[in-house]
Amino acid sequence: MAIIKGIGASPGIAIGRALVIKKQVAEVTGAALRDEDEIQSEIAKFKKAVQSSVDEVEVIKHNLLAAGDESAAEILETQIELLQDEQIKDDVIEKIAAEKKNANDAVIEVIDGAVEIFSTMKDEYFSARAADVQDAGDRILKHINKSFSSKQIIPENTIIIAKDIAPTDTVTMDITRVCGFATQAGGKTSHAAIIARAKDIAAVVGCGSELTVIQNDDIVIVDGLDGTIIVNPSAGEVATYTQKKKELAEKAALLKKLKNVKAITRDEVAINLFANIANAADMEDSLNYGAEGSGLLRTELLFMGRDALPTEDEQFEFYKNVALKANGKPVIVRTLDIGGDKHLPYFNLPAEQNPFLGYRAIRICLDRKDIFAAQLKAILRASVFGDLAIMFPMISNVQELRQAKQALEEAKQELSTQQVAFNTNIQVGIMIEIPSAAVTADILAKEVDFFSIGTNDLCQYTLAVDRMSEQVKHLYDPFNPGVLRLIQNVIDQGNKHKIHTGMCGEMAGDTGATLLLLGMGLTDFSMSASAIPYVKNIINNASMATARQICADVMAMSSSQDIINYLQQVTKQ
Amino acid sequence: MITKDYLIAAAEGLHARPATNLIRLAKKYKSTASLSKGDKTVKLNSMLNILSLALKGGDAITIIVEGEDEAEAAAAIDIFFTEELKNL
Repeated sequence: MAIIKGIGASPGIAIGRALVIKKQVAEVTGAALRDEDEIQSEIAKFKKAVQSSVDEVEVIKHNLLAAGDESAAEILETQIELLQDEQIKDDVIEKIAAEKKNANDAVIEVIDGAVEIFSTMKDEYFSARAADVQDAGDRILKHINKSFSSKQIIPENTIIIAKDIAPTDTVTMDITRVCGFATQAGGKTSHAAIIARAKDIAAVVGCGSELTVIQNDDIVIVDGLDGTIIVNPSAGEVATYTQKKKELAEKAALLKKLKNVKAITRDEVAINLFANIANAADMEDSLNYGAEGSGLLRTELLFMGRDALPTEDEQFEFYKNVALKANGKPVIVRTLDIGGDKHLPYFNLPAEQNPFLGYRAIRICLDRKDIFAAQLKAILRASVFGDLAIMFPMISNVQELRQAKQALEEAKQELSTQQVAFNTNIQVGIMIEIPSAAVTADILAKEVDFFSIGTNDLCQYTLAVDRMSEQVKHLYDPFNPGVLRLIQNVIDQGNKHKIHTGMCGEMAGDTGATLLLLGMGLTDFSMSASAIPYVKNIINNASMATARQICADVMAMSSSQDIINYLQQVTKQ
Repeated sequence: MITKDYLIAAAEGLHARPATNLIRLAKKYKSTASLSKGDKTVKLNSMLNILSLALKGGDAITIIVEGEDEAEAAAAIDIFFTEELKNL
């Protein structure tokens, strides 16, 4: 038995069998084929492996399409084409027939050769295709060597153990039977953590190299609440955690019952609880948790995982689908927020010393007017299918906001000239995530319909902390009194100017912060859909009077540790 | 045999997604279609070969089509390069 500590990234408890995901490497056997029969049998083996690989990807693609994830499905078309590539096929068969190599060795040599060609290319996009070719080769090899592809299908109650989980892994992995994640790298906001929360999978991230002790089929307990991993637990521990899991499930079921109950404090102040979403499927899903709309539709996914910019029409379809799924409920569409840690393979962003302080989000959009105009027109066109609002990210001053609004006016005019219908009164707001914007909220409030506080970036910019940096991430702290004062100012100014003030950062879904934010006067909370019932439960059991008192107490405290301890204590009551 | 010159109209170049469409289009015909850039010529039946040419926006290429249905195939490929590629 071993206990490993990490960061609890998605609440829940999972007990299951470990599946250790690592890049499996096939080795050259060096075997020489003896006769024509063996040659024919190896060729047949290769062809069968290609077919099985294609079938496998087709199934994944089918599932993605069924889930409405068309852009992810499209990536797989390229994979299918590479698996069936005539040149690869000819070269492999040639190696088997003429050089008498077995299928495994022939595929390894052909793929290695092709990967070499791509990886030495100067163009960044084409050079990155080496990974696609390697991926195709690995998949074929997995089917040739059935022995080392331990499990094609992920069995029920699987706990994925990996170094990290990348966006592409979650596209190709069937995670419906996964009950837990444990990763060596990552933090609360890494991709693995976000996916886990979205899919209700218990997760502990940032466990470090200790995680390597876990072998396939080890029994593992993942406690995503306090960030603990227990490897091969005793019978007693299994019993304890099974009980804990049961209690959690009961609580979750109870909270789900709150779905159709409004979020209203005891003294009858109505609060809006929204979901952060990335596509139409998320929108639909979030309604099951009682979301009253979406306070943040991220549009990056529409631009990622593909090899060219989406056209205005493609974007229109995407926004329209979300609007339709929202069923009349409001949806705030955030314009493209790339740069920082999010890159597009087909859009060459300059390498920068400090990408988070560099060319990103609205800065790119105001520079690349073509990209911005296409997105704005697409959102406007979709605005007749629902209650869409537009939100600009990374605004640091009023000039940027005016330029962005000017671009929106131009987009509107172009559509009017073409007699295309759109909502002429579409609401416009901004993300408050740069300290200068938070400090000048009084100035910005006069020019927008709403604010949405992005606590993740606001916190990292205010505290000068890169939340991905292992050495300093402990300083990343939304309860730092400096951050709280900025948030308070934004809410005060928003309320004073009678514009909606919401929050769409992680803090909005943190039950430990709910009473404080309520007391500060926040009325719109947007979070992961699964957090909505928990936050609602707290709101419905609180009164504004208490929340204001809690807020006053917190604002008088000098250290975040005192604040966190105090909030934990009052939240429990 | 039909040959025709084109300039790659997509700013990003001939990336994996349009290449996938091009291969699938060429496969519909019995004729053999090839693409030349400089002194390199590859058949339009291999993603690997097309991508290995690393075709960028504005690159000059030649398409060669040969076979019983070459007129139809060349016409379809013509539409791909002159119209579709820009919108992919």
